Amino acid sequence: MAAARLSRRDLVTVMTATEIRSAIRPDIKEVWRWLEDVPDPEIPVVSVVDLGIVRDVDWEAADLVVTVTPTYSGCPATAVISFDIEEALRRRGIEKIKIKSQLSPAWTTAWITEAAREKLKQYGIAPPLDGSTCAGALKAAGDVACPHCGSLDTEEVSRFGSTPCKASWRCKDCLEPFDYFKSF
Amino acid sequence: MPADLDRDKSVRDFAQRMGDNTLILGQQVSAWCGHAPVLEEDIALANVALDLIGQTRLWLGLAAELQGEGRSADDLAFLRDAREYKNCLLVEQPNGDFAHTLMRQYLFDAWHLPMLTALKSSSNSRIADIAEKSAKEATYHLERSENLVISLGDGNQESHDRMQAALETLWPFTGELTTSDALDEELAASGIAPDLGSIKTRYENHLSATLDAATLVAPEDVGMRKGGKSGLHSEGLGFILADMQWLQRAYPGATW
Repeated sequence: MAAARLSRRDLVTVMTATEIRSAIRPDIKEVWRWLEDVPDPEIPVVSVVDLGIVRDVDWEAADLVVTVTPTYSGCPATAVISFDIEEALRRRGIEKIKIKSQLSPAWTTAWITEAAREKLKQYGIAPPLDGSTCAGALKAAGDVACPHCGSLDTEEVSRFGSTPCKASWRCKDCLEPFDYFKSF
Repeated sequence: MPADLDRDKSVRDFAQRMGDNTLILGQQVSAWCGHAPVLEEDIALANVALDLIGQTRLWLGLAAELQGEGRSADDLAFLRDAREYKNCLLVEQPNGDFAHTLMRQYLFDAWHLPMLTALKSSSNSRIADIAEKSAKEATYHLERSENLVISLGDGNQESHDRMQAALETLWPFTGELTTSDALDEELAASGIAPDLGSIKTRYENHLSATLDAATLVAPEDVGMRKGGKSGLHSEGLGFILADMQWLQRAYPGATW
């Protein structure tokens, strides 16, 4: 009976600021939705979630822990991605954020969503052909379709490209050069 | 407790060897940025260098962590002298012409990939994780360097002669990669790293097939050089470190 007589104001004053924040901490699904709006710094048409860079989101006590995995170990975008994630979450009012880096399982282009592959194509980047990572598997050059005209008559110019994740290709029909997001 | 400490020290020393290899090769290859014979190769060299430096951060990050004392991968890269570097002699050989750079890359990649592949099943999970990540990158490195060695070796007279000359210069530095010392034996016994004998077979097979296709001939009866793994280097390393470290040495603690 005594508890019932406490006013709402009394209840609030006995909660510390941290307790209030943790009481209203957003749902994990909500956080994933926010992260879907964080663009990749190099290819801004796709998000860090689309690319499979965000591996896990979870609360550890009062900390929101976001686990990320690097695409390539030397990719300069990795640091920017962590910074962008932190900033996006801060804008949503999350104050205690931990970015955890995880190496294994190693990032693979198989994690790139179907929707993102379509976005890549619209942006002028040929999406990865899964399963062609191993040396020699991408010898059949006709497999990569030109993102501009759709022709399969394409050729590799260099196994490496403007960023670690891409290779340089050229279309022999429309003669345009293009980036191929290489299978990894 | 002392056994654990010994184990940590072995893992640290091994991580440092792997990281020193990728650091010195990455530093050397990056010098080509803007100078390669064709644009596509310029991009390829810069990308390979970037991967190698990225792998260095993982290996030396692990080594620094095990060393404790608040040291970082950067401290290990910028504040050690030549004798403390444990990279193999091959990676510190000068860039020379494009043939030398490319042959050095191939001779390293053909060892690096089977090594990393074996390390994926290391009994040490930190090493296994780094190997899993790095092996994917090394797959692309080897595919490129192998293809180029074949097309330039089996190219025109000029490219063939240059590749042959590069092979002869660099061949004596290949033995060290697959020759075990006390640390290698200890790591193999505890399942942390593979027995180098098994790597040696795969390495030699790869080299023999590639050089055949490239119409290049490996020199015979050449004395193999070693010392890098125990800190005894050629004079080249001093110059590489001077170039790489001068800023941190001249302005200690400088940051961007």
